[in-house]
Amino acid sequence: MKCAAALARGAFAFVFAIAVWQAIVSLTGVPHFILPGPQRVAQQLWTSRELIAENAIVTFVQILTGLVLGILLGVSTAIQLAMSPFSRMVMRPLIVFAQAVPVFAIAPVLTLWLGYGPASKIVMVVLIIYFPVASAFYDGLMRTPQGFLDLARVMGASSFRELMKLRIPHALPALASGIRLAAVASPFGAVIGEWVGSSQGLGHLMLLSSGRAQSDIMFACLFVLALFTVALYFAVDRLSAFIIARYCEPGA
Amino acid sequence: MTQPPSITVAGAAAINGAPLFSNIRLEIPAGQWTSLLGSSGAGKSTLLRLIAGLDTGVDFAGTITASDGAPLAGRIAYMAQSDLLAPWLDVIGNVMLGARLRGQTPDRSKAVDLISKVGLASQIHQRPHTLSGGERQRASLARTLMEDRPVVLLDEPFSALDARTRAEMQELAGEMLSGRTVLLVTHEPGEAARLSHHAFLVSAAGLLALDVPGSTPVRAVDDPLTMQAQARMFRQLREAR
Repeated sequence: MKCAAALARGAFAFVFAIAVWQAIVSLTGVPHFILPGPQRVAQQLWTSRELIAENAIVTFVQILTGLVLGILLGVSTAIQLAMSPFSRMVMRPLIVFAQAVPVFAIAPVLTLWLGYGPASKIVMVVLIIYFPVASAFYDGLMRTPQGFLDLARVMGASSFRELMKLRIPHALPALASGIRLAAVASPFGAVIGEWVGSSQGLGHLMLLSSGRAQSDIMFACLFVLALFTVALYFAVDRLSAFIIARYCEPGA
Repeated sequence: MTQPPSITVAGAAAINGAPLFSNIRLEIPAGQWTSLLGSSGAGKSTLLRLIAGLDTGVDFAGTITASDGAPLAGRIAYMAQSDLLAPWLDVIGNVMLGARLRGQTPDRSKAVDLISKVGLASQIHQRPHTLSGGERQRASLARTLMEDRPVVLLDEPFSALDARTRAEMQELAGEMLSGRTVLLVTHEPGEAARLSHHAFLVSAAGLLALDVPGSTPVRAVDDPLTMQAQARMFRQLREAR
């Protein structure tokens, strides 16, 4: 019931946005190569469906691969930082410094090193999401209530089991919110990577159509990308709601 | 459970050079309940945490010894004011947490048995947030019993409960933990009067032995001698600086 209502609200917002878009196009008489109307874009989406799908799959695979790798890397960094004061001392300033370098600025370097294939895009995604995931999970791991740590100490837990049985479960909701941020940010990485240099993918197709003033294809690509991002966000949001319900005290 | 030892704490403690207590000597007799009564900040929890081997933030110079000469580590169970139940585990999962933390296979049938002894048989697979405050503290008590240690340290475990639930928990804990060496930290004179074989007032002046009735705890809430002892303790608590 709640889900149906949310769906209805979403559909309404969607229709409203399309109507506004159409109104702007009709009222201003803007040329279609600057801003194509929704109908034109829908047509292009249909006629170029194979081309768009082919490129979309490349981009989606890059995003998802980067997301999984970035999460794994962020999680292992957080655990290492939480477990070792030495790592904290050495690595934390490095990570913060690395975060200060705009990831977009190193996209050309990645393309130079890793080529035009998917590898440079996947690394872009990993770099973008690594920091939010690592820092959210690390914060969660460091916020284990003192009482739990006291209990583990008196019960004779090793620090490894204390981590596995208390600190990680307690930090999972924090990790979930980090992953939620990562999911929304990850498509940027892949598309920026494709703009800088690629031979396939939605970013590549958009750049190509921009050069040819085929703005309806650009908009069709944008639409598909936005749809994917929203779907990804909802999937991750459901997952994180599940984790929070499973590992948190409701209302806490 | 092995034979419970008696415990002796002797020494002085200071926080950043300022003395918290100086040259005290606390004897906790074997197999009996000893209460530490005091206002907040008097250092009673610090004493308990020192015995438990937990961080206290104080510099302690002295000795903590068991009568049998063996180290205390691994022979202590600990229960705090907060029930410290893991929200992601159900009641039985929480009761078996100690074994899991030590990498041992938990004795499930013993856990089930203890859970029904504390009266939570029908809530065994419920998670803590579905339980009342009293039920949560019962689960916490079952976990403490599951550890089956000769020494039990209780740090104001009942102070967050309502009066009726607190009285019930005191009776349950008194019965279930009898025969162990128990140290109870409390700020409630009534609790000390009901539950203790021995009680001490902790203040800046040091330790002061308090009179408790000669009868065997747990004493009835309306027992006249217990109520007199409670009133006396309350006066001494208020007079202590």
